[in-house]
Amino acid sequence: MAISKVVNGSIAACDGVKSGMTLMLGGFGLCGIPECSIGELVRLGIKDLTCISNNAGVDDFGLGLLLQQRQIRKMISSYVGENDEFERQMLSGELEVDLIPQGSLAERCRAGGAGIPAFYTPAGFGTEVAAGKEVREFEGKPHILESALTADFAFVKAWKGDTAGNLIYKATARNFNPMMAMAGRITIAEVEELVPEGTLNPNEIHTPGIFVQRIFQGERYEKRIEQRTVRNRETASNA
Amino acid sequence: MLDKNGIAKRIAQEVRAGWYVNLGIGIPTLVANFIPEGMEVEFQSENGILGMGPFPWEGEEDADLINAGKQTITAMPGAVYFDSATSFAMIRGQHVQLTVLGAMEVAQNGDIANWKIPGKMVKGMGGAMDLVASAENIIVAMMHTNRAGESKMLPSCSLPLTGVGCVRRVVTNLAVLDIREGAFHLVERAPGVSVEEIAAATAGKLVIPDAVPEMRIN
Repeated sequence: MAISKVVNGSIAACDGVKSGMTLMLGGFGLCGIPECSIGELVRLGIKDLTCISNNAGVDDFGLGLLLQQRQIRKMISSYVGENDEFERQMLSGELEVDLIPQGSLAERCRAGGAGIPAFYTPAGFGTEVAAGKEVREFEGKPHILESALTADFAFVKAWKGDTAGNLIYKATARNFNPMMAMAGRITIAEVEELVPEGTLNPNEIHTPGIFVQRIFQGERYEKRIEQRTVRNRETASNA
Repeated sequence: MLDKNGIAKRIAQEVRAGWYVNLGIGIPTLVANFIPEGMEVEFQSENGILGMGPFPWEGEEDADLINAGKQTITAMPGAVYFDSATSFAMIRGQHVQLTVLGAMEVAQNGDIANWKIPGKMVKGMGGAMDLVASAENIIVAMMHTNRAGESKMLPSCSLPLTGVGCVRRVVTNLAVLDIREGAFHLVERAPGVSVEEIAAATAGKLVIPDAVPEMRIN
């Protein structure tokens, strides 16, 4: 029989998350972020967090909510535009920021979950990113050594999940969630639809439940859109 | 002189059937609008989609379907979604045939800077460092000069680098230039732009051949 990972909501899911911990949070921009867990982290009021996440949300949503409350001490991200409060805290030195290339961030998380301590990549060679890192040539091309990332807790968001913790993501909301699920010592998955084990097609699962320690049914998803870009039917038919 | 759409049109002429193409934020995104109907080309966005389509019809936006610029998009028939590690495996592993991205500065040795202005603007490099470090074929799309009128085509970059010696071709509002052997080589002039104007706007070493044809843009 499958091992149940189900917990009852975000409060139970975040049990044990403490100040000073390193957290991973899935999502790209506001797409595929663990909204419910972030809400609970804000409510808990824990501080001095190191957050590993591709972006830092916007001023009043996503990780921006934790920044507003000064709960984050250090951000590890690839792109942090679109957030004035973040920029203010960074330029004033209140917030420590480690910017790393997006592909290296993804691979460092994957490596952390896969038991690979470090790897060489060409990304960032000859730039600030390479400072203090070992350089080695392979087939005549220089590479830098990047180390794996892990976290005390990883927070991911999926479209569907079953009681065994198996996850399926929707469209581009997948992004960093699968690697972060692998790299968390405790991984907490929140899903839009929690179904009984045996309901999901095993051929179609993106994250195997072995990487997930706790799963819960999320609620009241806002799923904010950062840049609403559309085609207008009238303009198109006139053209 | 070209506007942003003109630059995108010229770059679209570089795209070949059968290619997977990654378009950066800004002018590069516009390139997709000028690919000939029926040409077999797939656009990759590094947040996790191959087969990116146009913006959705009003009312059909999906918060779960965006491009790397966080804009709502659609998926073409045959599209596929994947995670960020797989996405950068496509990029680092050189499975993407063409990368088009913007820049703040390009140097005559192919260096590019586009992610940071110390003390002023620090948004981060996103996927740009991975893209420029691995792509075989990189085209930079940008204005030839900055808002202050200063050249962005330099002997060496003054801003923190995104990548070293990686840019092969630059398409600006004034010209198409190739980078090789430590110099910008003028390839084409934008409509109505003289060689002298291009030379005046290029701070880096510029090699001018005897004949410099005007771009054909329709």
